[in-house]
Amino acid sequence: MTPAARRWLLRAGGAGLLVVAVALPWSVDAYTTSLFARTLVLALVGVSVALLTGLAGLPTLGQTGPYAAGAYAGALVAMHVSTIGVVQVLAGAATGAIFALLTVPLVVYARGVVVLMITLAIGELTVTAAGRWTSVTGGTDGLAGIPAIQPVWGMAPLASDRARYLYTLVVVGVVITTMVMLLRTPAGLLLRASRDDEARMRASGHRVTGYLAVTFVGAGAVAGVAGSLLITAQQYVSPADFGFDVAALLLLGVVIGGATSIGGAIAGTALVIAVRDWLSGLLPGYAPLLLGGLFVLTAYLFPRGVAGFSTELASLVRSRSRGRTGPGDRPGTGIQGRPSRGEPVGVAPLQVGPSGNRSTGHGGELP
Amino acid sequence: MTALLSAEAVVRRYGSLVAVDRVDLRIADGERHALIGPNGAGKTTLLDLIGGATRVDGGRIRFDGRDVTRLGPARRARIGIGRIHQRPAVWPSLTALENVVVAGWQQVGGFRGVRSRARFRSRLAEPAAALLEQVGLVDTASTTAAHLSHGQRRQLEIAMALAGRPRLLLLDEPAAGLSGVEVRRLAGLLAELPREVSVLLVEHRLDLVYALADTVTVLHDGRLVASGEPDEIRHAPEVRRAYAEAVR
Repeated sequence: MTPAARRWLLRAGGAGLLVVAVALPWSVDAYTTSLFARTLVLALVGVSVALLTGLAGLPTLGQTGPYAAGAYAGALVAMHVSTIGVVQVLAGAATGAIFALLTVPLVVYARGVVVLMITLAIGELTVTAAGRWTSVTGGTDGLAGIPAIQPVWGMAPLASDRARYLYTLVVVGVVITTMVMLLRTPAGLLLRASRDDEARMRASGHRVTGYLAVTFVGAGAVAGVAGSLLITAQQYVSPADFGFDVAALLLLGVVIGGATSIGGAIAGTALVIAVRDWLSGLLPGYAPLLLGGLFVLTAYLFPRGVAGFSTELASLVRSRSRGRTGPGDRPGTGIQGRPSRGEPVGVAPLQVGPSGNRSTGHGGELP
Repeated sequence: MTALLSAEAVVRRYGSLVAVDRVDLRIADGERHALIGPNGAGKTTLLDLIGGATRVDGGRIRFDGRDVTRLGPARRARIGIGRIHQRPAVWPSLTALENVVVAGWQQVGGFRGVRSRARFRSRLAEPAAALLEQVGLVDTASTTAAHLSHGQRRQLEIAMALAGRPRLLLLDEPAAGLSGVEVRRLAGLLAELPREVSVLLVEHRLDLVYALADTVTVLHDGRLVASGEPDEIRHAPEVRRAYAEAVR
């Protein structure tokens, strides 16, 4: 299969999935539809986790922080300021970004496990603050009675789960598309290079800390948008939505998805939520066991995550038809060049978006 | 010739070990300066100090008339100190071309310099492709760096260093691990470097050193043993003694 054919196949697959996602609410009941809407919301937070963990090399358990900030901002705006979706989404994004901006000095100078611990602390402190600050957040009772949302001015308020799901789908789609487009510019190149070898970046004069700070704030904004969507999807918010279990599930989903790919992050998060909320419904009480089993299984079967598995599959297919592909596609020319199969997830090659095609980056199409 | 770089009595300690002990070094504009000495003499540490990867424990470093002792590696790279590492340091998940593009990024003004696609192409991508051609990697431009051989990575790192338009190029054992053919190509590349670029070369292959260098400095146990023209150094008794001691 040539790379072009593979690209088309993946595009067709992506389009197919999109059609399924749009048609979904007409084939399941209202409860399942709202479950899917919440899964989409968490998948978007998962994407922001993947952006930090896999692309920037800052493994995080703290994206629940800007997610919570965005959610409370969205809820307060909906209750007191405006029922317009655009306003709520922007408020969520801004609050998430400001939250990230305030915490960024704690994070960008650390690396690896230390980041994990710092971000864990940030997430936990946020939840505690949300539980205590009763006058604003409603404390552990949460905020209820959030009015129905109007996506834009002049539209009727969304009254059904189906409408809210579709609204969530559209916003998530727009945010992810924007992100993928940004990562395909040279900015994405700089981020990947920083993750690969930071010292080498400095030796070339790059301000790596600055790049990481910008990425962290961007990821905060994405998580903030997800927070405002949570308000739309479940019309209720409480500190329980942002606990450690949520942070851990997100990281688990992202690692299962392959950490470096946005498509993988969505698939991984969706898989983890499905196991937690749906499969555990069939086997009540066994959700943690199922999740643990899922993680062990993925760690053994796909050391580079689900997305890495699809890449390996593709390179297998390609090596079978090597004669027809260009020299640039040759996988490895010796021991030096062998693909890094056994390496930790964080260093797997980047794929932006579901296309999984490395050569679509800005530099790849040059003379 | 004026001094482009001068290190004055620089010291670097690791615990009780003094890796670099009050070394003075002057590199003139356009000079090819070689740094030799037995293993553990402190050559790489001295390059780290000049490039900014490690900070000095004493002494001063001036570059182009400016005190750079307290500047980090990124700042020093931006004012013109380029570096090639002992183990080729490339970004493995980027293609060869992307590696050179990212390495040259700061020299064209960063994001401001490449605002449009056309400018990105003309100011970064096309010069990068030309550099790849210069180092003999034109066929592998779209290969991911992880898939390049050791020798190819070395060539790639040279292209990357040149993309940074350095005024001083620090080369840390560029011939290590290269085959005979690759060493000859490397020697040719280094000989063709324009005289605007000064070179500080650490190398064990003395044939390469004597072919290239205007000045040779010998380090032993962190101290400067001798410095002078290649012919003087070749026959200097203290240099022979330093090497003999290291072998014994």
